[in-house]
Amino acid sequence: MGRKELGLLVLIVAVAAITAVLNPQFLSAVNLMNMANLIGLFGIFSIGQGLVIITGGIDLAVGSMLALLGVVFLDLVANQEVAWPVAALAVLAGGLAMGLAHGALVTRMGLQPFVVTLCGLLIYRGAARYYTGDSTISLGFADGLDTVTWLAAGRSFGVPHSFLALAVVALVMGVVLHRSVFGRYLFAVGRNEEATRYAGIQTGAVVTGAYVVAGLLAGVATVLLVFYTSSVSPSSFGSFYELYAIAAAVLGGCSLRGGEGSVLGIVLGTVLLQVLQNLVNILGIPSSLNFAVMGGVILLGAVADRHLVARRAARIRAPAGARTAPAE
Amino acid sequence: MAADSVEPLLALEEITKAYPGVVALDRVSLHLHAGEVLGLVGENGAGKSTLMKVLGGVVRPDAGRIRLHGREHPHLTVAEAGAEGIAFVHQELSVFDNLDVAANVLIGREPVRGGLLRLVDRAACRARVAPLLVRLGADFGPDARVDALSIAQRQLVEIARALSMEARIIILDEPTSSLTLSETDRLLAAVAALRAAGTGIIYISHRLGEIVACADRVTCLRDGRVVGHLAREEINHAAMTRLMIGRDLKSLYTPPARPPAAGGLAAEGIVTAAFPDRAVDLALRAGEILGLAGLVGAGRTSLARALFGIEPALAGTIRLDGDPVAIRAPRDAIRRGIYLVPEDRKRSGLVLDMTIAGNVSLPDLPRHARAGLIRGRSEIGAAEGQRRSLGIRAPSVSVLAATLSGGNQQKIALAKWLAMRPRAILLDEPTRGVDVGAKGEVYALMRGLADRGVAVLMISSDMEEVIGVSDRVAVMHEGRIAGILERAQVNEPNILRLATGQQPEDSVAGRAEAAGTGVEAA
Repeated sequence: MGRKELGLLVLIVAVAAITAVLNPQFLSAVNLMNMANLIGLFGIFSIGQGLVIITGGIDLAVGSMLALLGVVFLDLVANQEVAWPVAALAVLAGGLAMGLAHGALVTRMGLQPFVVTLCGLLIYRGAARYYTGDSTISLGFADGLDTVTWLAAGRSFGVPHSFLALAVVALVMGVVLHRSVFGRYLFAVGRNEEATRYAGIQTGAVVTGAYVVAGLLAGVATVLLVFYTSSVSPSSFGSFYELYAIAAAVLGGCSLRGGEGSVLGIVLGTVLLQVLQNLVNILGIPSSLNFAVMGGVILLGAVADRHLVARRAARIRAPAGARTAPAE
Repeated sequence: MAADSVEPLLALEEITKAYPGVVALDRVSLHLHAGEVLGLVGENGAGKSTLMKVLGGVVRPDAGRIRLHGREHPHLTVAEAGAEGIAFVHQELSVFDNLDVAANVLIGREPVRGGLLRLVDRAACRARVAPLLVRLGADFGPDARVDALSIAQRQLVEIARALSMEARIIILDEPTSSLTLSETDRLLAAVAALRAAGTGIIYISHRLGEIVACADRVTCLRDGRVVGHLAREEINHAAMTRLMIGRDLKSLYTPPARPPAAGGLAAEGIVTAAFPDRAVDLALRAGEILGLAGLVGAGRTSLARALFGIEPALAGTIRLDGDPVAIRAPRDAIRRGIYLVPEDRKRSGLVLDMTIAGNVSLPDLPRHARAGLIRGRSEIGAAEGQRRSLGIRAPSVSVLAATLSGGNQQKIALAKWLAMRPRAILLDEPTRGVDVGAKGEVYALMRGLADRGVAVLMISSDMEEVIGVSDRVAVMHEGRIAGILERAQVNEPNILRLATGQQPEDSVAGRAEAAGTGVEAA
């Protein structure tokens, strides 16, 4: 566990402790399970976001992707009576295709990730609303969905399945990011794309890979979210979720310049965001202040981190400067 | 020059600066008179840059005095240094790409008009900058956009900036590390003009030839101490090298262990985007070091980039040991053992924010992986082996590449290819920003590779290096090979003539030229 993750963990524990003291309901089983469920749902696509950010990109489209994939999935299983595994595969394929499109536009056409995914945000939201005629689709009483409902929104030993899904995704992606060749390439591209290309690595494919993984994880999150809400309103479903994902990744130590971050950090970032959301509810703070509280804490965290980094750099620079500064 | 009784422009007395564990400057004293060029030499880490930072007000010395125009300061601030007329021209350029030349020269001091609106008076800018550019012999005007200028031209912009500030002391820190011969000559001419006008100049360079050409006195630093001064008549390569490293540097050239073998890397009719109407033919033999000389912009880097697939050739054939190979991307070249160590180490050669081990293993990661997962022990072990065999001075292979000196960084850039059985290795300015001692080690490495049968191509703008290291020298001029010089014909006048589009005195290279392609059959 790095310095950043440790700092984040301390912050989470502190915020949780204060909240628990002010309102012991915070630690009730119901509340904890509720938070775990939300952490699971948000954590999955936040990890995808983190991967994209590590390559030096950004994914603004993920919230709208959830909406578009969500209405398609619900339409397939509730109205078209498609078997749910087929519909789930279709959603994954859709996420993959959108990720592939983002990656291709960024690496082949040389467009900026911000622009590409901003257009995605607008296009997918519009497509989702058009698809349903701007009306809400709900799961209703479609048959044959008991198994998948339990799989996606049920609990085992009291633990929400979405949280277990996040645990599996985090474990797999942790290995991919921190142990695999692909993960190393992601960091290398984020730190210095040109030098990575000079080392013979197809940097375009690596960056595209990050968007594809983000798309796939958005697909997974869609299926879980749909069974949690059991209906999808295309104009609001997943709205602002890209910002939750970016906030989680940045809180978790991903630098928007690329080349930095960890899966553990992103998960902890998600946890902190959900604890803050919960705190607003449980302490009776007007829910209109929800975003303001989150923004305030993130800002404080960034300021504190910047301060610590600067202090550490000054400590390192003094002796190292004497050794290496005269070199160039 | 000026007698010692005359008050010097600048005198540093017993300047000392210690960092935890390291004494960067140990009672360093030197002085500079008006109208004098002081050559400051020393290996990397000798304390030159720290000393200059003291002068610039960036580093505050622990002890010692700075006397400027007779006034004494215990230390300077950045503002004081500027006010006292001390100007720096840095090795790392600090020009603004997106502005024009005049805006760069006058940045922060733009003449304004329009009263409170404070509009930049562009006509006045041009009028002030144009004569400065003329004085420096620049071939561009004040309206030129800096992003369209070469590195050499940008350097002149920086010097013009110093001139525009009426600097009385100009410090040139490695000003020629990316300049070609003619550009260097022009810079030295500009230095001479500044000196004649009474400016005091501190000239820091690893290129001793330039120090010989322009310095009135030389002060040499080693390990933070002044180890000697040389007067005008004592300045020569041997004396400076002896002071810098404390021993005589033997002649650079080591002959190959055996004659070059049959195979190698051949470029046939290679056309690059830089010169779409010129085709390049060049045969690089296995086991030789072929120097590739020429002016910056002559097409040398474009050729290397085409051979490595960074910017694939528009036309032509690349042959490895006689077989044509298709190279459309770096990995095509890498798969066949053709490697490039690029010119810009920090941008293209290394991922500075990655560890030594991460950099060394980067092109060869799959070999250190099983089922897509990196085996840390294999990766670290291989890097550790390279660190030891190349003498990379670092506490471990887990430190960031950014923390190392230029010479050690260059060794890392080389190390990543060495484990991968090179067949041809292309080195673009391999010793730029590398100190004398590490240069020797890089040369030894190149020779070692050649003796193992690797074809080595060395692009270099450093004349001493080209002459001292190469078995043969190919010279490019405006996108084509102007001629190839065999070892016996390799000398400065011949290279210079070819590089500037003239015929060499020598008949053999002349024949190659007459053959139309400029290629020597291997």
